[in-house]
Amino acid sequence: MMKNIKWKHYVNYIIVGIATIIFTILSLTSSLSSSSLYALEKIAIAIILTVSLSLVVGFLGELSLGHAGFMCIGAYLGGKAAVLLEPVFGNTIMTLLIALIIGALIAALFGFVIGLPALRLKGDYLAIVTLAFGEITRSLFMNSDPELFGGTLGLETPRFDRNYLFIIAFIILFICLIIIQNIIRSKHGRAITAIRDNEIAARSIGINVTKYKLMVFIIAAFFAGMAGVLYSFSNYTIQSSTFDYNYSIEILVMVVLGGMGNITGSILSATFLTILDIRLQTILTGDMAVLQDVFRSLILIVFIIYNNAERLRPFREKYNLKSVWQRITMKKKDPNKDQDDEHKWDRVPTKIKMDEILTLNVNSQEKEDKDD
Amino acid sequence: MFFETLINGLSSGGTYAMIALGYTMVYGIAKMLNFAHGDIIMVSAYVLFVMISLTGQPLIALIISIIFSMILGVVIEKLAYKPLRGSSPLAVLISAIGMSYLLQSLVQMIFGTAPKMVVIGDLGSITMFGVRIPVYILLTLVCTFLIMVLLSIYIKYSKVGRAMIAVSDNRDAAMLMGIDVNKIIALTFAIGSALAAVAGFFMMIKSPSLTNTLGAMPGIKAFTAAVIGGIGSIPGAMVGGILLGVIEAFSFRMPMIAPYTDAIEFLILIIILLVKPSGLLGKMKREKV
Repeated sequence: MMKNIKWKHYVNYIIVGIATIIFTILSLTSSLSSSSLYALEKIAIAIILTVSLSLVVGFLGELSLGHAGFMCIGAYLGGKAAVLLEPVFGNTIMTLLIALIIGALIAALFGFVIGLPALRLKGDYLAIVTLAFGEITRSLFMNSDPELFGGTLGLETPRFDRNYLFIIAFIILFICLIIIQNIIRSKHGRAITAIRDNEIAARSIGINVTKYKLMVFIIAAFFAGMAGVLYSFSNYTIQSSTFDYNYSIEILVMVVLGGMGNITGSILSATFLTILDIRLQTILTGDMAVLQDVFRSLILIVFIIYNNAERLRPFREKYNLKSVWQRITMKKKDPNKDQDDEHKWDRVPTKIKMDEILTLNVNSQEKEDKDD
Repeated sequence: MFFETLINGLSSGGTYAMIALGYTMVYGIAKMLNFAHGDIIMVSAYVLFVMISLTGQPLIALIISIIFSMILGVVIEKLAYKPLRGSSPLAVLISAIGMSYLLQSLVQMIFGTAPKMVVIGDLGSITMFGVRIPVYILLTLVCTFLIMVLLSIYIKYSKVGRAMIAVSDNRDAAMLMGIDVNKIIALTFAIGSALAAVAGFFMMIKSPSLTNTLGAMPGIKAFTAAVIGGIGSIPGAMVGGILLGVIEAFSFRMPMIAPYTDAIEFLILIIILLVKPSGLLGKMKREKV
């Protein structure tokens, strides 16, 4: 059965695992500067956010513009929890883990609350509701009691050692990948994509749409909250103005660039855009910083149109990576072998010639199976 | 005090109503949420700024900004929305968000982040029932009302307007009846953007400070207004806009809840969407297989 293992199912774990090991070794030999540790944390946070948003946008097919809102909840409540726990446990992993779990659980609770409207609304309306949710959250934290959450000044969080903060960020990223990928490739994932493709049809074959929609929103919010807590520790202070609508759009840009519903793509695009962001911050200063926004918005428009426009469909099919690769390698595919690839099921010949049926030897087929 | 607040609310309500009219037109006919609508207001306000500093004539500047934003609306539709016609609504929505983001960042690139002052001039004020009412508020309300009435009549009785209703009802059937759907949708965008330019003009009279995020918040709020009134309904947009403006003004007056004004408005939006998604004056459509 070894040959049935699909490497593409494990490629994400391999990428992240190797990156974690390499950077852990580098940090143990203390050859990483504090700024590159910060960059690594940023990348891990961006990937967690992108993958969790991808679950909503790419797999459930609903647009959530409130992802930064969940992150905001996680950041503030997790940060506050850490501040409260610091006198008890000190700056230890214990404080960090408890804060992470508290932030993520409360964000997940809000994910449930936002999932409820999602049961009645979809498309544009749901997008607006999530946007409204994000703005409400931000405004609540901004106008909160300065004693409690720092108000407009922002909340200061305990400072953890960067050398292990980034390792924890990568471990969380790994857990996030395992959970989300396993959901996507399970029965539940197929139910979720069925809801995306046709909700009424999904309902008619007995898929519990309510359960799955809530599940997706709760999981996405959980990981966004966790990313928020990490963000609060990574930046030392958090301000509610960070988690505005534009932040949600930035995450959306990563999802769109990576290809909607493509986890590997999301990982790569989040990494790429975060590195680009950090690099450009030093190059583009002042008024030039806006060039990055221009670039991001162009990514959004160009990629969405390229991937979805009806008129570009023949072009897409001819020049996607897979078919170009096939043409380069000149691999002639046996049409009967396409069965493994579900995207090509429609190309499998269904017509069988009469004499093929007559000459078909069922017994010999069975023998071959036994030989295997 | 009460009366002043009410007048204030009517003033911002009139602007919201004007923006919501554009939103509701585009949503009703092209069946898409034009996220860039708020940013068309912003661009038209910048055109107004440039034209006023060039000519010094607010009226000429207004006309040029209306024409410019009509062209802009059509160009946006052709570039970002038309290629996606027939694909998933999610793709169109994301493209619209991208367009909104692009307009904001392009304007920031050209004009910088420093706020610009648009001086249109004081229109004076008149006293009515013992309360001083600035003329621009009356002008906003009268204009919005007139435009609403004209738009209703135009859509209901003109040939093009009926074609718009047909496209809104069933795009394929309309196409079979010989209606040029692309042209009708482009026209809808042109009208919506023209209304956005007018709204931008009134916003500039009210507060002359202009930045590249001018349209973002009013845009979302006007969408809220359109939803409250029932999206796709032209009188509904007016009712929703005025209602939202008045609620906002009263909420601003109360010191306890003033910081949460935006949150309250969005909460209203969420509640309306959950309780009565068709809004006050809209029609409910059932989804069929």
